[in-house]
Amino acid sequence: MKLIILENYSQASEWAAKYIRNRIVQFGPGPGRFFTLGLPTGLPRDHPESYHSFMWNNFFKHIDISPENVHILDGNAPDLQAECDAFEEKIKAAGGIELFVGGIGPDGHIAFNEPGSSLVSRTRVKTLAMDTILANARFFDGDLSKVPTMALTVGVGTVMDAREVMILITGAHKAFALYKAIEDGVNHMWTVSAFQQHPNTVFVCDEDATLELKVKTVKYFKGLMLVHNKLVEPLYSMKDMGVERSQSKKPYSD
Amino acid sequence: MPSNKSVSDAPIVQFTNCRILRDHQLQREDLWVREGKILNPEKLFFDEKGSADVQLDCKDSIIAPGFIDVQINGGFGVDFSLATDDFKSGIDLVSRKILSHGVTSFCPTLVTSPPSVYHQVLPQISVRNGGAHGAGILGAHLEGPFISKEKKGAHPEHCLRTFEAGAFQDLLATYGSLDCVQIVTLAPEMRRSSEVIRELTKRGICVSLGHSVANLSQAEEAVQHGATFITHLFNAMLPFHHRDPGIVGLLTSDKIPAGRRVFYGMISDGIHTNPAALRIAHRAHPKGLVLVTDAIAGMGLAPGRHTLGQQVVEIDGLNTYIAGTKTLSGSVATMDTCVRHFQEATGCSVETALEAASLHPAQLLGIEHKKGTLNYDSDADFLMLNDSLYVQATYIAGEEVWRQDVSGM
Repeated sequence: MKLIILENYSQASEWAAKYIRNRIVQFGPGPGRFFTLGLPTGLPRDHPESYHSFMWNNFFKHIDISPENVHILDGNAPDLQAECDAFEEKIKAAGGIELFVGGIGPDGHIAFNEPGSSLVSRTRVKTLAMDTILANARFFDGDLSKVPTMALTVGVGTVMDAREVMILITGAHKAFALYKAIEDGVNHMWTVSAFQQHPNTVFVCDEDATLELKVKTVKYFKGLMLVHNKLVEPLYSMKDMGVERSQSKKPYSD
Repeated sequence: MPSNKSVSDAPIVQFTNCRILRDHQLQREDLWVREGKILNPEKLFFDEKGSADVQLDCKDSIIAPGFIDVQINGGFGVDFSLATDDFKSGIDLVSRKILSHGVTSFCPTLVTSPPSVYHQVLPQISVRNGGAHGAGILGAHLEGPFISKEKKGAHPEHCLRTFEAGAFQDLLATYGSLDCVQIVTLAPEMRRSSEVIRELTKRGICVSLGHSVANLSQAEEAVQHGATFITHLFNAMLPFHHRDPGIVGLLTSDKIPAGRRVFYGMISDGIHTNPAALRIAHRAHPKGLVLVTDAIAGMGLAPGRHTLGQQVVEIDGLNTYIAGTKTLSGSVATMDTCVRHFQEATGCSVETALEAASLHPAQLLGIEHKKGTLNYDSDADFLMLNDSLYVQATYIAGEEVWRQDVSGM
């Protein structure tokens, strides 16, 4: 894995954004060649104001994505398992997930794969853990009774199939989960640990999130920052794409 | 990119690179319009999987709802209180010209006139939507003749009337028809005014208090019967007195029925009210302030003599007086000048100044669900302004109906 340690939340966000941009540009997407970006699914569509509005206001309205290319799991579907299976098919049809970007829960979960989730699970309905319900209360004006208790989620196995995985972890309250994810063993109680067995994982975090890690680990990866920063500098743009592709360098891998 | 619009085939326009006035704030958001209404882009994206057909770069302009002028007596040589043969073309001329002032809807106002004038003129005023032909007409504002002799201002004394004889029936006979009437200004201290106010309110007509010597309790009683507006606050009413604030006291009265708000018109041209008085009113009751022009026929023309109904008025710079006197009669202010002056005099935010000319008049007339805001599903009547609040372009129902000439002033 690559562990990228930035000073604070803004710097971590910016590094991650630049990395994703470079990856998309270097991939060279076009008609019929989709760069499939996977994101953790949100809460059921019952509450459109929360998840759909969140995604619209924070992402979709700022970019020129075609609405047909947006696939969100529908929590209101009549047959939830069929909806999940269809979602897996859609991923296959788009050529598989190129890059999955996710966060980590305080209980170490990826997407809504709560502790105890199978590490080879696929997209399915999950009952949410109390920790997750508490964390999502902010979308419901802090009213716990309004937070849904079930969610459709991509499975750990689904994310493991992605060609690359990026996990963003910021804040001291995530520090223990990060420790469990990268310094302890692979364990279904801390599902993010599954990515220790993925060939291309990038963990982007801020100083606070490293509070539970060994000094040795932190120093080692900070020492690699000079090399890791080559992934975000220079920052490519689609306009340069024609020129760059002829001189394309394989993205750095460890 | 092909857009799959399951709801409508009409073109979708996305105005980008602008700051829009929404939820009382200027926000950096795009404005989406379809079929003359403001469109919700999130619903379009998720429910219809649609996207914009046309994207327009607004070069960082401010986009605000179109201004609504609820008191305008004429302009550009046209006098709404004069029953001329070409009255219709006169009103069309004014409605077209005021587009450049940012006005997208207005209430043509008639000052105190003999019944014959009302009978001839009112049938020629019809409520109609705006467009390239001009600003929309919301209905007539009848200022008088049921007003006080002591506070007639520029209104002709011989045409004043009372409610003594037949109250509402007399009003109906005077005006002829109330079909296209939106606002009536009257003096509430007149006997039997309460029944008239109740009857007008029942018919959905906004009752305004003005040209009156009412004290505060008479004014409060009028509000309880349904009055919701004050015509040009401070002008043509008793001055504020600390033991009887008069009509001005309505701004802070505690006898306003729950859930109702009293609005008040202000002519903020720098002449009708001292800026300090404007500030006092604004600070006392900011949510009720409605900017009006009270413009007369001479607005937009060179200084000189013009008519205002039965009177002759003389324009000298920005001042308009009854010829030979120092009695103010209307103004030659334009709505955008009033907005700028209001913002300067009170030091209020740009949002507040713009809302005083758009949201508040819409709330007064009970039409804020479709006019006066940029909320989803509202009529797409809006303006593009620069940071100094000069109108650069006017849009009605999503179509551009006026644009600032780059070479012009």
